[in-house]
Amino acid sequence: MKTIAHLTILAGGLAASTALLVAPAAAQEVRIGFITTLTTPAGYLGEDARDAFKLALGPDGKLGKTKVVLEIEDDGLKPANAKQQADRLVQNGVKLYTGVIFSNVLAAVLPGVLEAGGIYVSNNAGPSTFAGEKCHPNYFVTSYQNDAFHEAAGLAANRVGYKKLVLMAPNYQAGRDALEGFKRAFKGEVVAEVYTKLDQTDFSVEIARVRSLAPDAVYQFHPGGVGINFAKQYANSGLSKTVPMLVPSFSMDARMVTATGGAAEGVYASALWTPESDDPASKAFVAAFKAAYGRTPTIYAQQAWDTAQLIASALDAVDGDLSKGDAFRAALRAAKFQSLRGSFAFGSNQHPIQDYHLTRFEKNASGEIVQKYVEKVAEKRGDAYADKCTMK
Amino acid sequence: MIFFLEQLLNGLQYGAMLFMLASGLTLIFGIMGVINLTHGSFYMVGAYGAAVVTAATGSVVLGAVAALAGAALYGTAVEIAVVRRLYGRDHLYQVLATFGLILFSNEAMALLAGRQPRFLEIPPLLSGSVHLLPGLDYPVIRLAFIAVGAAVAIGLWLLVNHTRLGMLIRAGADDREMVDALGVDIRRLYTIVFALGAVLCGIAGVMAAPLLAVEIGMGERILIAGFVVIVVGGVGSVRGALAGALLIGLVDGLGRAYLPQIIQSLLPPSIADTLAAGLVSASIYVIMALVLLVRPLGLFPVRS
Amino acid sequence: MTDARRPILFTLGVFAVLALLPAVFALTGWTSGMGLATRIVIYAIAVVALDLIIGYGAMVSFGHAMFFGVGGYVVAIVAHHTGLGELPFGGTNAAFIVWPLAILACAALGLVVGWLALKTTGVQFIMITLAFAQMVFFLLISVQVYGGDDGMMIDRRNTLPFVDIGRPLIFYYLCLLLLAVWLGFCRMFVNSRFGLVLQALRQSERRAVNLGIAPLSFRLATFVTSAMGTGLAGVLWANYARFVSPDMAAWTKSGEFMAMVVLGGLGTLTGPIVGAAAFVGLEELLSMWTEHWMIVMGPLLVIVALFRRRGLVGSLLGGDRAH
Repeated sequence: MKTIAHLTILAGGLAASTALLVAPAAAQEVRIGFITTLTTPAGYLGEDARDAFKLALGPDGKLGKTKVVLEIEDDGLKPANAKQQADRLVQNGVKLYTGVIFSNVLAAVLPGVLEAGGIYVSNNAGPSTFAGEKCHPNYFVTSYQNDAFHEAAGLAANRVGYKKLVLMAPNYQAGRDALEGFKRAFKGEVVAEVYTKLDQTDFSVEIARVRSLAPDAVYQFHPGGVGINFAKQYANSGLSKTVPMLVPSFSMDARMVTATGGAAEGVYASALWTPESDDPASKAFVAAFKAAYGRTPTIYAQQAWDTAQLIASALDAVDGDLSKGDAFRAALRAAKFQSLRGSFAFGSNQHPIQDYHLTRFEKNASGEIVQKYVEKVAEKRGDAYADKCTMK
Repeated sequence: MIFFLEQLLNGLQYGAMLFMLASGLTLIFGIMGVINLTHGSFYMVGAYGAAVVTAATGSVVLGAVAALAGAALYGTAVEIAVVRRLYGRDHLYQVLATFGLILFSNEAMALLAGRQPRFLEIPPLLSGSVHLLPGLDYPVIRLAFIAVGAAVAIGLWLLVNHTRLGMLIRAGADDREMVDALGVDIRRLYTIVFALGAVLCGIAGVMAAPLLAVEIGMGERILIAGFVVIVVGGVGSVRGALAGALLIGLVDGLGRAYLPQIIQSLLPPSIADTLAAGLVSASIYVIMALVLLVRPLGLFPVRS
Repeated sequence: MTDARRPILFTLGVFAVLALLPAVFALTGWTSGMGLATRIVIYAIAVVALDLIIGYGAMVSFGHAMFFGVGGYVVAIVAHHTGLGELPFGGTNAAFIVWPLAILACAALGLVVGWLALKTTGVQFIMITLAFAQMVFFLLISVQVYGGDDGMMIDRRNTLPFVDIGRPLIFYYLCLLLLAVWLGFCRMFVNSRFGLVLQALRQSERRAVNLGIAPLSFRLATFVTSAMGTGLAGVLWANYARFVSPDMAAWTKSGEFMAMVVLGGLGTLTGPIVGAAAFVGLEELLSMWTEHWMIVMGPLLVIVALFRRRGLVGSLLGGDRAH
């Protein structure tokens, strides 16, 4: 273990020195590797994250006082692509990374970045694999730990009063984390766990299965286009009348609400934040995002905005000098930024401790379906893996 | 029982989709002797045509018309510009040229329509579900899919067996020289058959557009399954394509329904479901390989 | 210059260029060049193997990516279990053990697939190799423990005594050396009595059979040899990318391999190396210029298929005329 630590430091040092050699003349310019999903039916998630991050950069391209250059790559939701892109960015001396949406992509990006001494700040994915024993001083998650989000959904299911549920998620790291997390908090009976695929388009089999099991409700986690298809086909199957859906916010983001017609109405969702938040900073963000891009921001946009604010606070603390690694890390860990979610702090594994809410999709005064807060289901909640992280 | 019936319908619906793709593919393969990997692109063109035009005009009918016209035009263009030069050539070059065309089609579509997938709402007429049996509501659009598939099958049967064009198609599949000797412009016949295949794909694209995501590369997801269908059914045989499509559709539908449950009784869900999905997908290729080994000309060989 | 010497000189020239590439990248400071060159050389090994059966044996395999995938996965799977300490004697990371194991696995798969597939000919052969490759593809997807759709990370490259192939430059020259050895072997193979029989079979099976030759065993031996070569490329790819995924065995990968063979020049062995360089190099260059690089690559393949049947350098090398 010690030798590995030494190697890591050595590798980091090497990478840093090569970075210095090839660094462009403008000294205080920081390059951020932004690998994200811009194509496939989940492409709009990365688009929202990228656009919110750019919004945070502002017209002068600065985070805090530091000029930032974004190196944007589209991973196409393929871990293999992302791995190659990350390797290339590492070779080119990029030290700071964010952007990845999907946990399976993150699993391919993260090891190479950390090995080279880079810092990764996750704006979305928070897989269990890197939250416990494999936690790392250079790895921060500003969004949520995957399980924790779905634990909150389990608590929400208890509040709503569901007794018998079918759980459904795509079979990739975040999907498995989702169902594990949900089961950890849910007190009722899980009739069946059904795993789908992340690129699945037709859910007729799964819907037939739910019909035959006749649960109180179905808890389904399907992010992006795959979720649009699921919600659309589910609503269209006539099943939604008898078996309502309970979802995490990812399965019914702002884009999906419009894309699925009226399918969202009445659906309960667990959430960290919704565009309906009364928080003044949040209201300003939603207005600015709408003005800039003409659409309602999704949670992916909000999370990327928060990530940008966190990075900005840490860059300011070191005057944009990433070679001050310890100071930069300490500034990140301090989390001195204003999160749109309200209360925010890092746990010992550098994953968030925050509040989770139960929300419901309802029509507002002008007839649009919006995600309204119902109640808080968890306060200052961390995650199940922090104890296993030995990092001090 | 209800579950079984619902899966049967789902299998039929997938079979209907496969048939619309495979019937054109099998005619092109059987008559012109061309392995046409570009076939999936016509399906994509149809789906995009429907999605883009419906979104722009608000009219489903216009969308469908545009989709079929787009698929027919693109099919004709591809035949005239490229495929025409591949008749009688080694299959290797057909594979290479039509593989190149896939790359071109996908990228051209990305340039025209952007890389973001389109989501089309199900038209009001086809949305919702109907009550088939107690405890079984089934989506109208999937029933419509099956109906369109059946209509295409009947239409093709009439076309092939009761029209002059059909006679030429049958003759062309059997004996190219004879058609030539009859004084028919074989090049025009080939172009028409190719365009017909593209239109059939276009129909599949129109039907799939509101149900599934309309995205770049959607054709390749189903193309190879189309080849399974025509190899199993017998290259050149529309009847074989129908039988093959139904067989593959049902194996897929029932396999996906029951295999996960069987394996879940032995293994944890996350492992079992992945294994089951993979095995069901692989199983249709086992069928394909078996047919090739036991009945190389397929279940309904054209020249029997 | 006589005709017979031209292919040899051309081949030497190709290797000279490949050998000098790292120096060029060092001088121009193009940091991602090494990766590009390594990918070219690895793909070259696979497509030389494919040319062996298509160009000399007229066996058009549309499923060769299965061997590429299996070769890579054996490396990843051994590394996975070694990392977990689940193998007897603590497992191994030694290339001398893992690589032959992977290549043997490909040979076994090639033996089974080849034996079955060679019961068919022509277009059925194309289809049945496709079917087997799809089976392998979906089997790789179906095993959750080995990453399913997502594929597997490999912590570090395999080890060789005396040299550190973790270093990009050394790894590149190792790949280049293996390509040279593999090409030399294939050249000897096609010029041997064995290879001549194979080509006789391609031209007239009946005449060859009348001479008392059993076609199946000759073709099968060649198919298995080709599978092993493609497997070696998969092994190297796994070591290069330190990542394997089912896409390595996808039918589109098989299509790319075929494209590289024809692009370079069918039945020339050296030509496909140029084909691999052109395909991978163009992809890299075009994608620097536009994200829509396929809009150029696609028509290029069409044009080669329609008008330059002997590929970019096939006529230079006096390659295959039968197609």
